[in-house]
Amino acid sequence: MENIETLSDNFSFLESWEDKYQYLLDLGEKLEPLDTCFQTDEFKVTGCQSQVWLVPEIKDGKFYFKATSDAMMVRGIIYVLKAIYNGKSIHEIKNIEVEKIFATLGLEGHLSSSRRNGMLSMVEKIRLYAIKAEAQQQ
Amino acid sequence: MYNIDQIRADFPIFKRIENGKPIVYLDSAASAQKPQCVLDKMTDVYQNSYANVHRSEYLLADEITTLYENARERIQNFISASSSHEIIFTRNATESINLVANTWGLENLQKDDVILVSEAEHHANLTPWQIVAQKTGAKLKVFKISDTGNFLQEEFEKSLKDNVKLVAVTAMSNVLGTIFPIRQIIQKAHQVGAKVLVDACQGVVHQKTDVQDLDCDFLAFSGHKLYGPTGIGVLYIKSEISKDMPPYQTGGDMVDTVTYEKTTYALPPARFEAGTPAIVEAIGLGEAVSYLSKIGMENISSYEKELLTYFNQKANELPHFKIIGTAKNKGGVISFDYKGIHPQDLSFILSHENVAIRVGHHCAEPLVHRMGYSSIARASFGMYTLKEDIDLFFKALLKADRFF
Ligand SMILES: Cc1ncc(COP(=O)(O)O)c(C=O)c1O
Repeated sequence: MENIETLSDNFSFLESWEDKYQYLLDLGEKLEPLDTCFQTDEFKVTGCQSQVWLVPEIKDGKFYFKATSDAMMVRGIIYVLKAIYNGKSIHEIKNIEVEKIFATLGLEGHLSSSRRNGMLSMVEKIRLYAIKAEAQQQ
Repeated sequence: MYNIDQIRADFPIFKRIENGKPIVYLDSAASAQKPQCVLDKMTDVYQNSYANVHRSEYLLADEITTLYENARERIQNFISASSSHEIIFTRNATESINLVANTWGLENLQKDDVILVSEAEHHANLTPWQIVAQKTGAKLKVFKISDTGNFLQEEFEKSLKDNVKLVAVTAMSNVLGTIFPIRQIIQKAHQVGAKVLVDACQGVVHQKTDVQDLDCDFLAFSGHKLYGPTGIGVLYIKSEISKDMPPYQTGGDMVDTVTYEKTTYALPPARFEAGTPAIVEAIGLGEAVSYLSKIGMENISSYEKELLTYFNQKANELPHFKIIGTAKNKGGVISFDYKGIHPQDLSFILSHENVAIRVGHHCAEPLVHRMGYSSIARASFGMYTLKEDIDLFFKALLKADRFF
């Protein structure tokens, strides 16, 4: 999987919203499917316009998550979020300024406020999980 | 003659051009745009006649009280109520329904009574009844509609037993567009001694509403969907019912006499309007309904039917376009599926073409699930919608073909 710098470069080469959107859909296509046993209320992210399930975990002190959605563009957004968050230490998670990163992708202006809220619901879930894990360590 | 060009020109928002393109507003069922006369009226009141209502004798107070009460009379006439005392100003339809649930509902419903609603209710006409049912021990029952969104007389009558004390039903579904035969529903409900609350949030916008002819007991709607301002809603209560109802909230403006020991409450509508109301918004709504009456609800209705026919023709020509909700009697609210594309993806593409549609569960989650979806895309018309808007909608929709 590409790191966020590569994704960011790729987005920056694309000028029109159509091309950026197509690229986001292509990324979404590459997202690993999420086992249906995780597609339950327990893992559901509320506050999104589409159905989103997100499963966080910690392996060797590093944070990882897998997720999926029934909306194609949200799958693309999940792919980008994975590039941002996966493999980070749980202490790093809460300091990541995800909105700034999305701004550099040039996607900011294309995400309506309710869609942005949906993305932030995912981010919030990730942050809360990391903060809790951090507290448990201490 | 319905002068659509003139009407369109009455709504200043349509002058806006974004990225060289007009705004195609197909989300009037969520909230309607406002005509200039409403905006002018509200500005004029703030600039020239503003004070609090019902409290003082001086010139401004007298003027604004007259304006506020005149707005009530305009709304009375708009829905053909027999008295302006039957018109209560609230914040919105949601508050109107909660008011009935928390006053009449808690006072009159008992264990094993039944509250009957349709499968097509907005959460606003569902959750207040769930709570009343919990508190009183009454049961909430739901009567079925057909898979195409039609009202089913047999299903309704099957559910309508003697223990039904309230039927709470929408006049028009905000998801399927189905227009319910509320006059018939009310007649049947009254035969078993049930009261009827009509959620007229959509209904009142698209057709002439006559509460005396309907003989409904309660009727609720929001100003903002009726080309009026936000923050103002209406609750009609038949006067023989409201006179015995306890207040909803208490405080200023709704009392008769108050001592430290005891308070007697004012007569309706004041009893239900505690505190300073949304004065200027009420006056704005009064202006909106006068505007509508001048054009004629029947004319608006038939114009919107024409739009619906036009939309359906175009939809039929397009493969993989499926309309969700094809009831025989239907207004300008169209939920649809295109190629199974997720509504969120569709609205993303459409919004880049300045086409505004609504996606999601439309605050009617059980209905959306019942129709077999988790999320639905919806286009809806207003009195100002153009055939060109519909053309632009389909043109924008075809853009999705590029991606899916
Ligand atoms: C049928 C119906 N009922 C009730 C409501 C609630 O209206 P409000 O949010 O203005 O209270 C709506 C608004 O979407 C509606 O369409």
